Amino acid sequence: MIENRPLMTLIAHLSLVLGVGIVAFPIWITFVASTHDALRMTQVPLPLWPGDQFFVNLHAALFKGVHAAGGIPVGLMMLNSLIMAMMIAVGKIAISLLSAFAIVYFRFPFRMGFFWMIFITLMLPVEVRIMPTFAVVANLNMLNSYWGMTVPLIASATATFMFRQVFLTIPDEMLEAARVDGAGPMRFFWDILMPLSRTNIAALFVILFIYGWNQYLWPLLITTDAGYYTVVMGIKQMLESAELSPEWHLIMMTSLLAMLPPIIVVLSMQKMFVKGLTETEK
Amino acid sequence: MLKRVHFGPSLLPFLLVAPQIIITLVFFMWPAGQALYQSFLIEDAFGLSTEFVWFDNFKDLWNDSYYLGAFKRTAFFSFTVAALAMSTALLLAAMVDRIIKGVFTYRTLLIWPYAVAPVVAGALWVFMFDPTLGIFAYALHTVGYDWNHKLNGNQAMTLVILAATWKQVAYNFLFFVAAIQSIPKSLIEAAAIDGAGPVKRFFSIIFPLITPTMFFLLVVNIVYAFFDTFGIIHAITQGGPYKATEILVYKVWYDGAVGLDLGGSAAQSVILMAIVIVMTVVQFRYIERKVEY
Repeated sequence: MIENRPLMTLIAHLSLVLGVGIVAFPIWITFVASTHDALRMTQVPLPLWPGDQFFVNLHAALFKGVHAAGGIPVGLMMLNSLIMAMMIAVGKIAISLLSAFAIVYFRFPFRMGFFWMIFITLMLPVEVRIMPTFAVVANLNMLNSYWGMTVPLIASATATFMFRQVFLTIPDEMLEAARVDGAGPMRFFWDILMPLSRTNIAALFVILFIYGWNQYLWPLLITTDAGYYTVVMGIKQMLESAELSPEWHLIMMTSLLAMLPPIIVVLSMQKMFVKGLTETEK
Repeated sequence: MLKRVHFGPSLLPFLLVAPQIIITLVFFMWPAGQALYQSFLIEDAFGLSTEFVWFDNFKDLWNDSYYLGAFKRTAFFSFTVAALAMSTALLLAAMVDRIIKGVFTYRTLLIWPYAVAPVVAGALWVFMFDPTLGIFAYALHTVGYDWNHKLNGNQAMTLVILAATWKQVAYNFLFFVAAIQSIPKSLIEAAAIDGAGPVKRFFSIIFPLITPTMFFLLVVNIVYAFFDTFGIIHAITQGGPYKATEILVYKVWYDGAVGLDLGGSAAQSVILMAIVIVMTVVQFRYIERKVEY
């Protein structure tokens, strides 16, 4: 800090507290709503202070779900979300590591052609090619499966770029030394490249996990079997049922559960997350 | 881009790129090609007959007042969300730069909405503004303002913008903080010695030096508002009332998945692809220039 201006510091703190208040208020309201019973949640004005029904609602949501929305237990939907998020994050990292390795460390025909092909995927988010991609997945009999939910989203230009960048900064002497010691390409990849890119893998994992967990339009389109519903989709169904019989205490409990895993990942790996975000997306 | 020391040609590199390339071809290139092809076709609702119609689907869109309306609405929505999210984030980032203690705490408390799924964000806001029960609807009602976003298009738009902005502030905030921190302290100190106060320093040193970041964020925010807000709109308004919040991505999905107008939906997809390509090129242009500062 350059000069000591107590008034400016006070203003800074006040505006930050106000900002935090605005950002956190919806989450507070969600939490409060999830701690009251159904009756209290139909009386205006709604409470601003937590009640004592938190664990009752937690149990009801996790194991019974919202009756009007088909009564799928939120626990099951959370499991589906977890599987989908993990498959997307791990899949994206795995195939991007491999293709970045090939593009940086091998001379082979069509190398740049492959690179540009991967690059173009950046320009085709799933939202814009939604109906034709659906048709392809339907033809491959991948509707209502974890594979169908994840594989079409797994190609990643950003991850490939990032690993390419990381590999380019690794000194050439590493490979020379590995060769002198008689290591083949895959040995070099496992024992030298992988350990050296560990922090980048972790940073990317945080972002991709959130991306995977929060997928909505794609699973909505290709799953009709309730056994594959993810929690993010489940909330939408509950909102529709809220038009008829509002069970806001359970809906808000589910919202709370749906945002908990990504928030935990972000907050517990905050440093990684900030690094991954500000470095990969540029 | 190829390492000076590298492996010679063999089958292995092809095997290494194969998974990524196969997925790209099957789920990206092929559908994109299909969209392009279908955009030239008209299919009846039962899929029994198709006819090649050249640019008729595009002409129909051009003459469709709903589509043009959705276009204008998307532009308004995106720029409002980008402007609101960026100015709030910049203000907070500038304030964080002023303080010494508690930076980490404030950052922690400000970034979590980034992790919240768009649909969940939609659920939170629709709950707070629910016309019969919502806390804000109630508060507005007590001061004599009638809130019902299910009937009033402008109110629906306001609500969608608020929810979309709320989610995006965290992202912008992190980038602004990083950008402000990367400015050499000596510049700021020199200005302070010359007698420039905090506000003056912000507008004549910090602001010009972070314009590259602002430009980058502008593109990212517009892309976000264009494509990632589907969940928010689907949860809050379903594009209604009377299409008042139907943006382009929502219309592609609605016309294709609900209206079963595959040709028209494909033509819209092609237009969206063109928009994404332009934005990506703009963004990469920026990255090349970024090095200057």
